[in-house]
Amino acid sequence: MMAPASTGRKLDPLAFLALPGLIFMALVFLGPLLLMLWSSIYGAEGFTVSGYARVLGDDYYIKVIGQTLQLALITTVGALILGYPAAFALARAKGWRQVVLFALVFLPLTVSIIVKSFGWGIVLRRDGILNWLMLNLGLIERPIRMIFTEFALYAGMINVFLPFMVLPIYSVVRMMDPRLPDAAATLGASPWFRFTRVTLPLSLPGVVAGVSIVFSLAVAAYVTPSLLMGDRYMTMSMVMAKAFLNLRDWQLGAAMAAVLLTLAVVVVIGAAILQRRLGTAKGS
Amino acid sequence: MERFAKGLTSFALFLTIAFLLLPIVVVIPVSFTEAPIFAFPPEGFSLQWYGRIRNVDGLLSALGLSAQIAALSTAISLLLGTLCAIALVRGRLPGAESVATFMVSPLMLPGLVLGIAMLQAMRELGLRDAWLSLLIAHVVITMPFIMRTVLASLSLFDFAMVDAARTLGCSYPLAIWRVLVPNILPGFVSGALFAFIASFDNYPVSMFLVDVRTKTLPIQLLNYLEISPDPTLAAVSTLLILLTIFVLFLCDRLVGLRRMASI
Repeated sequence: MMAPASTGRKLDPLAFLALPGLIFMALVFLGPLLLMLWSSIYGAEGFTVSGYARVLGDDYYIKVIGQTLQLALITTVGALILGYPAAFALARAKGWRQVVLFALVFLPLTVSIIVKSFGWGIVLRRDGILNWLMLNLGLIERPIRMIFTEFALYAGMINVFLPFMVLPIYSVVRMMDPRLPDAAATLGASPWFRFTRVTLPLSLPGVVAGVSIVFSLAVAAYVTPSLLMGDRYMTMSMVMAKAFLNLRDWQLGAAMAAVLLTLAVVVVIGAAILQRRLGTAKGS
Repeated sequence: MERFAKGLTSFALFLTIAFLLLPIVVVIPVSFTEAPIFAFPPEGFSLQWYGRIRNVDGLLSALGLSAQIAALSTAISLLLGTLCAIALVRGRLPGAESVATFMVSPLMLPGLVLGIAMLQAMRELGLRDAWLSLLIAHVVITMPFIMRTVLASLSLFDFAMVDAARTLGCSYPLAIWRVLVPNILPGFVSGALFAFIASFDNYPVSMFLVDVRTKTLPIQLLNYLEISPDPTLAAVSTLLILLTIFVLFLCDRLVGLRRMASI
């Protein structure tokens, strides 16, 4: 019935089963994407770069792109600082404890982003839980305004994307041989030397994966910034949504989308190349 | 030094989990408040906001629409994705790896870009039906989840087992049913559950495709949050949180959460 896999490289009839899915995705996914890129350079009067000229030539949009990158960068760095050590503790936990801790890190990923952003609103309100807590602890004398501040935005963004940093680092650290740092210690390496020369390099593939996922998600984030900050902090996604839904300025929206797409693709491909380098360097 | 490092990482994990759960957990007490505001601590205890869910305009119909779109798009993705995965694993297809990357790539794309591309294409084709547009777009959203899990479970499966069953006298369809299906079923079900959640929660793609009468739950919830925020939202959110906990529990029973997250 089934030929052993070693005989020849002839196409198996089973290969045709890929066609329905491939054709579907080519039509409704790749097609629209190419159409969008096309429409960013081809308008009613033929070829034009006016969309790009406006996006990349206007001080306002340059500022928006800068703000978006800044937000993504702060989110990524924040998530890394908190997530990197947390991933080690998660990987070290044993038995049922690890299952529970893992579930607690994983659960927020599956809870609707609307629910989480709504919850942040409740946390940060003037009469919310954080103000209530700080008042009762005597840290502040009267409630402080937190919602609609940049602090709230950064905290909310890190909150949404943190699991995407912890999980890849965790899965790399879990595979790491715990005897390696011990071996280094036996050979007289100082704790700092052990960390920088053994543990850190071994965990780098996870860090690269986490950083690239968090950055490319954060740079494209829409719901969290628009709910926590609104028009006070415009991001590229918000400009795109506005251009398409309110201004009906498709050229502008498509050009902005192309810039965002390029950013995301560059990060993903860059990370893949870096991953491969790290992989070959250690032969794993 | 060693103990200091261990303590530090444990503290970071504690902080991470507390921080992650905070916005989710606060929603629950607020849903039982008596007062019509979100103030903390909540006053009294009442179930009135749960009763109110029925009366909020368009909320139940949005829930129905979201469930319908999520179930249908997951089913279509399962069919197309499974066929494709079988071809990739068994078909000796040249460039199988690139095909797999292509089928998973919607996951790596900014959601908004996908939504805008869809909107433009639908307009270009003159397709004005919001329901159909949503369904097509959500098949693209759910496809990567199905492809990832089904591909992973198929490539872990040893196809020699099917041949073994044949040698032992099983007919080919029976061998598939008795040997292949039970082995890859957990991957299927958990992939489908994740695809369902991804579609059910999707905002950035759906926002471009809905119309006045056809709104999915996340869109309707956000509308409601902007127009008349009251604890009814907390009640809906609490129910949604319970639903996700239930789904996660199911996934853990079926495949184990940790395996789930790595594929």
